[in-house]
Amino acid sequence: MNRIIVCLKQAIDVSQLKVDPATRQLITAGAAKKISDFDKNALEEAIRIKEKIGNIEILTVTVTAEDAKTVLREALAMGADKAYMVNDPSFKDIDTLGTAYILAETIKKIGNFDLILCGETSLDSFSGLVSSRLAELLGLPQITSVRKISVEGDAVSAERALEDSIETVKAKTPALIAVTREINQPRIPSLMMIMKASKKEIITWTAADLNLPREKLDMKIEVKEVLAPKTERKRVKITGESAQEIAERLVKALMEEGVIGR
Amino acid sequence: MSENKGIIVYSEKHDLLLEILGKGREIADKLQKELAAVLIGYGVQGKANELIKHGADKVFLIDNHALTSFQIEPYLNVLHSLATKYKPETVLIGSTRNGKPLAARLATRLQTGCIPDCNRLSVDEEGRLVCERITYGGTAIAKITFKTKPQIATIPPRTFEKPQPKERNGQIINFDVKIETPKTEIVETKPLEVSAVRIEDADVIVSCGRGLEKKEDIVLLEELAQILNGQVGNTRPLAEDRKWFTEWVGLSGHKVKPKLYIACGISGVIQHVAGIRDAKLIVAINKDENAPIFEVADYGVVGNLYEILPALKEALKKQLQ
Ligand SMILES: Cc1cc2nc3c(=O)[nH]c(=O)nc-3n(C[C@H](O)[C@H](O)[C@H](O)COP(=O)(O)OP(=O)(O)OC[C@H]3O[C@@H](n4cnc5c(N)ncnc54)[C@H](O)[C@@H]3O)c2cc1C
Ligand SMILES: Nc1ncnc2c1ncn2[C@@H]1O[C@H](COP(=O)(O)O)[C@@H](O)[C@H]1O
Repeated sequence: MNRIIVCLKQAIDVSQLKVDPATRQLITAGAAKKISDFDKNALEEAIRIKEKIGNIEILTVTVTAEDAKTVLREALAMGADKAYMVNDPSFKDIDTLGTAYILAETIKKIGNFDLILCGETSLDSFSGLVSSRLAELLGLPQITSVRKISVEGDAVSAERALEDSIETVKAKTPALIAVTREINQPRIPSLMMIMKASKKEIITWTAADLNLPREKLDMKIEVKEVLAPKTERKRVKITGESAQEIAERLVKALMEEGVIGR
Repeated sequence: MSENKGIIVYSEKHDLLLEILGKGREIADKLQKELAAVLIGYGVQGKANELIKHGADKVFLIDNHALTSFQIEPYLNVLHSLATKYKPETVLIGSTRNGKPLAARLATRLQTGCIPDCNRLSVDEEGRLVCERITYGGTAIAKITFKTKPQIATIPPRTFEKPQPKERNGQIINFDVKIETPKTEIVETKPLEVSAVRIEDADVIVSCGRGLEKKEDIVLLEELAQILNGQVGNTRPLAEDRKWFTEWVGLSGHKVKPKLYIACGISGVIQHVAGIRDAKLIVAINKDENAPIFEVADYGVVGNLYEILPALKEALKKQLQ
């Protein structure tokens, strides 16, 4: 095993995302960004494989319409050796097929690798499609929902967490693996690691550097609307002098709603 | 045969396939198109009739020893060959850990769009499928449609009701296809103990969050759940960090739709709330009056769950006996 590529998405930090209460539109302009949670697990796993068998180069690849250097610095501090940022404003309107296509072309341009690690799904879009699309475009063996990886020479063995079973699957490398959050606890880089990372390289490519024909990136889907859900809840506060009084009032309300009793 | 025809539905999970057939039938009737189910496996022909009874006009049967257990490449090849020959307008696939990669790769091979985890499906004026899905960690619901055919969408388990079986006429077609060899090898399969009770089926859920201090205190919720004929639920940290449970309610867990959801010591972070959106009535008990759970609750009690829950138990006993 010589080289692992980790696909890192710069995602909107959904826990800090604000909504305009009047229009229910999301305020995405200027929203905080971070490495998508599951992708940190993928990177952590790559680092652990490297710590175990040594002498592996870890590269990260990010497709983004906006600059992602700040976020990529964190990946380098965690332990990635080099980060590739494929950055072009035209990537604002691409879907999962377009993203996977750009990732595939980037990875082809980078050259040899043994393993591609992805997150199971991304924090903001939560689609869970890109890794499978990428495996298809690159014609790779693919293992998804992985909670444990062991490297065995030129093969990998991985444990998949399925709905009603745990499946152990083996594949020859090069292969693509998508990991769940259970797989590990990503490290928090120390100050030393952050300092060391400032010397590491972030390589920036544009659509032109990859010779991407625009029609390959055309959207196959059309987003009609994205709105915060209506909260049509009553929001009645039940108060009282004592816990007992509150409980009795609540029970009365629930009876009247017809959700308890007969 | 250039025209796009009909709807194809597939899931490797039989119950989920039946659920999708119900919704598929509705859409097929609206568009006056044909509904076909795909049955892949070994020794599975016995199930074909049930698919017809649940709404399929046609069943494509691919029965082969090499398809005994799910493996992505051979299963993908079957669906791809079928889609290339039959040219469906729409393909609905069960959103499971195996089904989702299958849908994503089929959509890639066919150079088309894929909309995952759709909670609602409808059809627009142009006859296109419109999918609703939760996005941005539960902050928003997106309505998305397709620009290309076939339109491929994945449907999570228990999103739609299983239809009532009826005696109907349908055609079973043995579909002949060359089976691709898998690129991975299954070394071992260990079945998991899955609880027979499904939280999705509960009418009442009494749910706890990190406001609960000790594992033993779950009994406080269990007592309430028992009186109300319901089940106990929980937030993700109680499973992931504290290991008190193995599953949870929310965006990345179970989406529930009880008549009554009682949230105890739950802050109401969006990822949790995304799982209870379809509850008929939500009650929140939280000691912090500014907890976001109160924004999405019908009835809110600002108070200590250790005082409110025992009192609630007494009040319920009094009322219901
Ligand atoms: C990608 C992603 C997916 C996620 N998916 C899910 C998911 O599916 N489901 C999920 O639940 N979470 C999910 N989470 C986690 C989620 O963001 C929250 O961290 C979690 O829901 C919070 O759980 P909580 O409400 O139990 O804990 P907290 O947020 O810590 O809230 C505890 C609450 O208890 C109250 N409290 C404390 N003591 C008492 C008392 N004695 N009486 C009454 N109230 C008390 C406090 O005021 C507080 O409001 C996800 C996170 C990520 C990043
Ligand atoms: N823009 C991107 N850049 C790099 N990797 C990505 C990007 N989008 C998705 N991925 C990878 O694909 C996985 C699944 O993403 P998604 O299909 O968006 O849920 C992520 O966890 C990443 O590993």
